[in-house]
Amino acid sequence: MKRFFAFVRKEFHHVFRDPKTMLLLFGVPVAQILLFGFALTNEIKNAHIIITDNAQDIASKQIAAKLAANTNFITHQKQLNPQQIEETFRQGKVKLVVIFPPNFNHDLLHLQKAQVQIIADASDPNTANTLTTYATAIIMDYQKQLWQNTNLPLSIHTDMRMIYNPELKGITNFVPGVMALVLMLICVLMTSVSIVREKELGTMEVLLVSPFNAVLVVISKAVPYFFLSLVNLTVILLLSVLVMGMPVAGSWVLLYAISALFILTALSLGLLISNVTNSQQTAMLISLMGMLLPTLIFTGFMFPIENMPLPLQVMSNIFPSKWYYIIVKNVMIKGLGFTAIWKETLILLTATLLLMTISIAKFKTRLA
Amino acid sequence: MRALKFLLQKEFRQIFRNTTILRVILIMPVIQLIIMPLAADYEIKNINISVVDHDHSAYSRQLTDKILAPGYFKLNDYGTSYPNAFGQFQKDRSDLILEIPAQFEKTLVKENQANLFMAVNAINGVKALVGSAYLNRIIADFNAQIRANWIPNPQTGTLPQIEIATLNRFNPTLNYPFFMVPGILVVLVTMVGVYMCSLNIVKEKEVGTIEQINVTPIKKYHFILGKLIPFWVIGMFVFSLGLFGVARLLYLIVPTGSLVALYGFLAVYLVAVLGIGLLISTYSANQQQAMSLAFFCMMIFMLMSGLFTPINSMPNWAQVIAKLNPVTYFIEVTRMIVLKGSSFAHIQQQLLVISAMAVFFNTWAIWNYRKTS
Repeated sequence: MKRFFAFVRKEFHHVFRDPKTMLLLFGVPVAQILLFGFALTNEIKNAHIIITDNAQDIASKQIAAKLAANTNFITHQKQLNPQQIEETFRQGKVKLVVIFPPNFNHDLLHLQKAQVQIIADASDPNTANTLTTYATAIIMDYQKQLWQNTNLPLSIHTDMRMIYNPELKGITNFVPGVMALVLMLICVLMTSVSIVREKELGTMEVLLVSPFNAVLVVISKAVPYFFLSLVNLTVILLLSVLVMGMPVAGSWVLLYAISALFILTALSLGLLISNVTNSQQTAMLISLMGMLLPTLIFTGFMFPIENMPLPLQVMSNIFPSKWYYIIVKNVMIKGLGFTAIWKETLILLTATLLLMTISIAKFKTRLA
Repeated sequence: MRALKFLLQKEFRQIFRNTTILRVILIMPVIQLIIMPLAADYEIKNINISVVDHDHSAYSRQLTDKILAPGYFKLNDYGTSYPNAFGQFQKDRSDLILEIPAQFEKTLVKENQANLFMAVNAINGVKALVGSAYLNRIIADFNAQIRANWIPNPQTGTLPQIEIATLNRFNPTLNYPFFMVPGILVVLVTMVGVYMCSLNIVKEKEVGTIEQINVTPIKKYHFILGKLIPFWVIGMFVFSLGLFGVARLLYLIVPTGSLVALYGFLAVYLVAVLGIGLLISTYSANQQQAMSLAFFCMMIFMLMSGLFTPINSMPNWAQVIAKLNPVTYFIEVTRMIVLKGSSFAHIQQQLLVISAMAVFFNTWAIWNYRKTS
């Protein structure tokens, strides 16, 4: 045991004596949580749209005013012909054009029917679809106002309640996701170079000839990073509660304990990468190139996993961050207890043990 | 010039002799470009719904059938207990609960109006909004249908109606990979450039071979050019591989705009990106530092570029960061040229910005690179 602590102390020295890396290890997660927590949202706001009003009558003007009043839109009035619309889309700023035909109000009142045309730049299908839905809802709302005087028989009313996030804030969805993403990547990254670095610099030889047990060499590498990550975790949690206004609805202790487990999972994955590679560059390219985008996508906070093709849904199961994201959502936002998350916890625990076992088994006590 | 030639020879040899790294930077982007766009689908579908039916009437069943018919909604469970449905809700098995009260049909016919209750899981606000809007539309349709059955000549025939004709330009089928592939390709090429370039120089520092170069009469800019050119070539190659290999053959995306404009922009863009890599390596003493810095930059480049979430929806200060991000411009340009057929004239402004960035980052990097330690 005494030897083990000596080793852990050595590893701590490695970390603490490199202040630049330390700064990055602590600074990066904080900066990223703040930045992405506030900036990332899948809402579509402030979209530039053009209203081409060929009617210039009371109905078209009222609808235009309604569109302008909506915070999702920034409206511009401009008379455009089809070629000009095409050209405007090519320049890329404008996402939607709403066109009123001549005699709009006249047709509406006397023929009981008038047509509005909406042309969307669907090169971004999500934006096109959402903006079209918003604009349609606004125009339909105007129609409803016209009908207001007539009392319709047999009406069904729907009462709606938004649960867990009544103000529909984007932050509620993204903060747990960003937490999972940042913790996962930073932990894997830190440990993935730890063993391979000693191999590359030649100091591994010294460790191998010592009477020290190989298993403990691997484990002692993870210890300092585990404590550093706990510090990071605390800062991240405090930031999301104090700065982003995301209260922890469930138990703090549970959230903290599960997060510690998740950190262990990520650290073991990093150790495994470090064990099977033979240069720092390879280890880093695997953990950076190989993990950044897949972790981002398969955690499930950016794109709904149930939308993916089945093989990819199955694939998403191997990303520990996916399970952690589910746990954080359940504990932090919904306020559920351990009974709701025991399955995900078990998965993380199994993954940790598995990764740890493989990386110890793969650890070579011979140099070549 | 001769010095540069030898340096290039050395760099290319170093790159080609390390087959592991070569494989990582060539195969990994291709695999990710094949898989990721399939997973990156924002379209809101497969909304799981729990129906709590206290009425069990013809109407409540008709309504349920009508909700499930278009395929947006998947029935998770159908029962008579709200707490049961809420349990499903807590486990994330259902996103929406529709409660049909007892005597729904009778009340509707007798009192001319009736209520339904809807609970929506709003953690993902956009999904909640779109899902409840779909459901409301279906309920309104159902309502109109019932009205038509009871009152053969409804008043609605004489009410003014606004018809809305929608047209989706450039991508009429709202195909998601079409939008995602160009953007993801840009990010992958950027990663290759920034990581390779930043790790390469710092490795020479860490291993000590940089001392050997520092004592030769090789000029600073020779050294830097010798590092830049190989990765510039690799970046060009990876981009072409993605554009013509994966995007064209697999996703059937044919660039509609000017390829000259696209490659012209790519050439300048790569210089800017490699400049950032160089800058990172001049500020780091070992590979771990370089990697942490590169990771930090890359996360911001990727998430603040409008790749996945729209820039216009960000707060103003975040939009400023997005404007300082080179990736933003290249994603914009690639999407414009590949999807919308934009030409050189449309991307002038972006080209100007990226050229300025290229000059800025490289000058800074060269200025900060010291031959003495």
